[in-house]
Amino acid sequence: MAGDSTGYIQHHLQNMAYGELPAGYERHNADGTVSVLAEDTWTLAHSSAEAADMGFWAVHLDSLGWSIGLGLIFSFLFYRVAKNATAGVPSGIQSFVELLVSFIDGVVKDIFHHKNRMIAPMGLTIFCWVFMMNLMDLVPVDWLPMAAQKISGNEHLFFKVVPTTDVNITLGMAFTVFAFMIFFSIQQKGLIGFIKELTMHPFHSGKWYIDFTILVWVNLILEVVALISKPISLGLRLFGNLYAGEMIFILFGVMLGSGLVLGTAGVFLHLGWAIFHILVITLQAFVFMVLTTVYMAMAHDVDEEH
Amino acid sequence: MNINLTLIGQMISFTLFIWFCTKFVWPALISVMEEREKKIADGLEAADRADKDLELAKHKAGEQLREAKASAAAIVDAANKRSAQIVDEAKDKARDEGDRLLTAAQAEIEMESNRAKEELRGKVSALALAGAEKILGASIDESANSELVSKLAAEL
Repeated sequence: MAGDSTGYIQHHLQNMAYGELPAGYERHNADGTVSVLAEDTWTLAHSSAEAADMGFWAVHLDSLGWSIGLGLIFSFLFYRVAKNATAGVPSGIQSFVELLVSFIDGVVKDIFHHKNRMIAPMGLTIFCWVFMMNLMDLVPVDWLPMAAQKISGNEHLFFKVVPTTDVNITLGMAFTVFAFMIFFSIQQKGLIGFIKELTMHPFHSGKWYIDFTILVWVNLILEVVALISKPISLGLRLFGNLYAGEMIFILFGVMLGSGLVLGTAGVFLHLGWAIFHILVITLQAFVFMVLTTVYMAMAHDVDEEH
Repeated sequence: MNINLTLIGQMISFTLFIWFCTKFVWPALISVMEEREKKIADGLEAADRADKDLELAKHKAGEQLREAKASAAAIVDAANKRSAQIVDEAKDKARDEGDRLLTAAQAEIEMESNRAKEELRGKVSALALAGAEKILGASIDESANSELVSKLAAEL
């Protein structure tokens, strides 16, 4: 059973990677045979090792697919509501969407006091999209992967359904936020202002020769670390929470297959964790949205005093 | 757990979804919500105004009612006075008419009695003549004695 469990867990933690394997690469097939590739081949990875060997030029079809699919659902749904919206008595779906919009609008207005028409819609997109991606975690861990295996006919198909448990997805969003931060900083303060912000704080002696020989470099290191840590922590926080959450669901999944007593306990533990997880996924979506708005507000703050 | 192209793919799709939401979703929803907010505010204001109008109208109606009552009372008073006056006038007229009728009746009675007297006088003189004729046994020449007779009649 122990070997099975390890395989089950590892299988659940591997994305469906599509990438290029070089010529001469030895592929270890499921039946134990080894086949050698005659030429460079674009293919699905059959194991974690293969996925790792594909390097940077590979795509996780499952997480990117689910992420874009859920994003399209969000966009289509909200676009339809926005198009049919009336100022009269709102219908069911419209009042739900308006509830979300006014909630996000309130939060963003509390945090962000500058004039930028992009921040609130960005908050809405992040909150809804991240929430939907996190929500995939509440679908029982085996349903969608098994369905995918049955449909594709491939018993060993890797299929992860929660995009936010893929570090590429969360860091991708965080780096985009980071790019917007840099862009708005330079747009608001100018390139000189942005460089000054990185080099003239927090230490400042008042004598220019001391400033320019030592303090500028100390400041630069401190500020750059602070700047870089923002997107990294933003992305890894979401990833860590969801990855851990999914890991626990997988462990309960292992319990379900280990006898009557453990299985029964697993059902109740699974239920409890799922209920608790509703809170976690909402909170993480909200935190991502709020932090993004805070970073945007920081990028817009021209005020030099910290 | 590998960093790969998925990262770039997610960055591109994230940017596109933000752009879509900023362009097509958010402005439409916010404008609709603001429009409704304004509608509701207008409605509440109108309700307030209507309340005030109602208060004013009530006040006005009360005033008019009071005025109407006052004028009605005045009219009733005037009517009472006038009716008393009419009664008085009627009384006066009736008294005058009565007096006039009484006078007329008295005049008629007097005239009647005078006429009766005249007739009686005539009849008496004739009777006196007839009596005298009987007494004297001879006819009295009426024309000869007319002076006497008329003197007699005048004495009666």
